[in-house]
Amino acid sequence: MIRMTGIRKSYETASGPFTVLDGVDLTIAPGETIGILGRNGAGKSTLVRIIGGAEKPDAGKIERKMNVSWPLAFSGGFQSSLTGLDNLRFICRIYGVDPEACLPFVNDFTELGVYLREPVRTYSSGMRARLAFAASMVIEFDCYLVDEIVAVGDSRFQAKCHEELFVKRADRAMIIVSHDPGFIKNHCDRAALLIDGKLKQFATVDGAYNSYAEAMA
Amino acid sequence: MTDLSLSHSWTIQRRVLGALLMREILTRYGRHNIGFLWLFAEPMLFTLGVTALWSVAKLDQISSIPIVAFAVTGYSSVLLWRAMPSRCISAIEPNLPLLYHRNVRLLDVFFARIALEAVGTTISFVGLVLVFWGLEWLTFPENVMKVISAWLMLGWFGAGLALLLGALSGTSELIEKLWHPVSYLLFPLSGAAFVVDGLPQAAQGAVLLLPMVHGVEYLREGYFGSQITAHYDLGYMATWNAGLTIAGLLRIRAIADRVRPE
Repeated sequence: MIRMTGIRKSYETASGPFTVLDGVDLTIAPGETIGILGRNGAGKSTLVRIIGGAEKPDAGKIERKMNVSWPLAFSGGFQSSLTGLDNLRFICRIYGVDPEACLPFVNDFTELGVYLREPVRTYSSGMRARLAFAASMVIEFDCYLVDEIVAVGDSRFQAKCHEELFVKRADRAMIIVSHDPGFIKNHCDRAALLIDGKLKQFATVDGAYNSYAEAMA
Repeated sequence: MTDLSLSHSWTIQRRVLGALLMREILTRYGRHNIGFLWLFAEPMLFTLGVTALWSVAKLDQISSIPIVAFAVTGYSSVLLWRAMPSRCISAIEPNLPLLYHRNVRLLDVFFARIALEAVGTTISFVGLVLVFWGLEWLTFPENVMKVISAWLMLGWFGAGLALLLGALSGTSELIEKLWHPVSYLLFPLSGAAFVVDGLPQAAQGAVLLLPMVHGVEYLREGYFGSQITAHYDLGYMATWNAGLTIAGLLRIRAIADRVRPE
């Protein structure tokens, strides 16, 4: 269970404080998949960072009874002068997972071959994405944060991601953030719309979708 | 998973620091040529160079201490307290994405960098003393415990300064700009290149305002004992150290709530 109540967050800008989240409430039960819709800049990524704990809210309470992943397939934490393998080892060490034990999976999943032992700076963005996704799958979480994963990699890679995330880990909770309603519709039990700093919740994905379409119009 | 006991927290803490240390070592030294040996080879080269220069410049005429021992004790001390702040200033920005891993805190990033510098300069100091002792270029410390205490005091000073300046550099670019000239100017005043007793009375008082001078003096008393008259007040230095550490920790806590990974 993750329960957030009255989450507020604003950022300092040159033209004074800018409120991004203005009293957001959200509860996620184990195994539940919830989609969060919102336009570019609506505060979706801020919300994800707060749920994951990478950032603290200005006000409000957040209880985490599940362990929450970092944003799925996030590659910003890679040190580009280190090899893919060294980056992977780093993440394994942080979470207390034996790096060597997960090598077969990573080799198989990423298909990076000899490049696994090359610096990440030599990777294409697709290769980075594959490594980042594999790293996210190596550590097991109760709740996965999925921030705009859709347009990553070729169809073969996307099929593999789908298998790992939505088939093998169908029992986990997921928070999927996207401005693509189709993706949310396919994968979520319910959805919410982030608009003007508030999170409007809907019982059905369709309800959220319609409201989103209205807001976009 | 929700085991929040102290031992569990300690396990996580150790894991994170270990992982950060490995990452730092690999990033800085890589696996090429001598790899992580640079960690202490670099400070050793510095100290050797300075020792050679000072020997040629006949700096030994300013005190009764043999020049090799004078340079090794002096310059190693400088490296110890100066390296930590240098590595912690501007350490936040490149490490921000790591905060997505919830167990990694800003403080861990600083701790890892401080620990790495402490280990590197300590191995360099101990290694050089042992080698030169083997070559009979210098004598063994008269009081090893005093030398160790002094080294710890200097390390604490460096760590406190590193925490405070590291945290301040997170919100002000001025710190990075000012640190280079300030650390450069502090070097000749830090007690590395003189003994306080050899200075005029008025200068002694002024120079003893600087906390690291007390550490270097104490270290040299431990090393050379009866050969010199050292001037130090460890209580004064400890007050500085504690002040810097507390201010640094408070500052880090204050900005930890505000940092935002991309």
